[in-house]
Amino acid sequence: MLQLLYFSWVRERTGTSEEQITLPDGIATVSTLVGHLRAKNDRYAAAFEDMKQIRIAVNQRYVDPDAAIKDGDEIAFFPPVTGG
Amino acid sequence: MPAVSVQKQDFDIAAEIANLKQGRLDIGAIVTFTGTVRDMDGSLKSMTLEHYAGMTDNELDAIIAEAYGRWPLQACRIIHRYGRLKPGDNIVLVITMSAHRQAAFQAADFLMDFLKSRAPFWKSEETDAGANWIDARESDAEALNRWQD
Repeated sequence: MLQLLYFSWVRERTGTSEEQITLPDGIATVSTLVGHLRAKNDRYAAAFEDMKQIRIAVNQRYVDPDAAIKDGDEIAFFPPVTGG
Repeated sequence: MPAVSVQKQDFDIAAEIANLKQGRLDIGAIVTFTGTVRDMDGSLKSMTLEHYAGMTDNELDAIIAEAYGRWPLQACRIIHRYGRLKPGDNIVLVITMSAHRQAAFQAADFLMDFLKSRAPFWKSEETDAGANWIDARESDAEALNRWQD
């Protein structure tokens, strides 16, 4: 299983803050996972429309879109941060 | 006391300084930075901060560890609030303590620059027109370049 987390407007667009999915066959990187999510429905397609506006963390560490993923990972998608 | 707190409640700057300084005579300089909710034209009703619990603490701990590696610091503290805040409310507190002022000033500046570009918080502003997510500022990302060796 993968634990997927969405924050800020990514959460609003997908319509969920977190979900668990089975790691799909043939998906080994964040990029290919994003392609899989985009294909789910229009909401996900809108959330992941422009990956330049999305930051990614795997197991709570920032990663690039080509980062490898494996079963059990926690993967978070969110806009550039605006704290402070 | 932990170096990092991510909390809903407000903070007391004087009490935080007193806690860090208690029993220590090797501190000659204390710098604090407080970030507050700004309302430039009277239109802001509230600001809501969302964060990624867990990752936030890790990122802030890592930023503090980096500051300790760069400057001779006696103490560091970061408190960041989340939830719904009103104009004028405190958002973030950074305290740095060192023997001399340069290290304390520079470390506080560094901590804020890294916090703004790395700590997973997102601000939404509520006005009469509705709620809007605040966009990240290019200038905040560029500020990091100052700290490249």
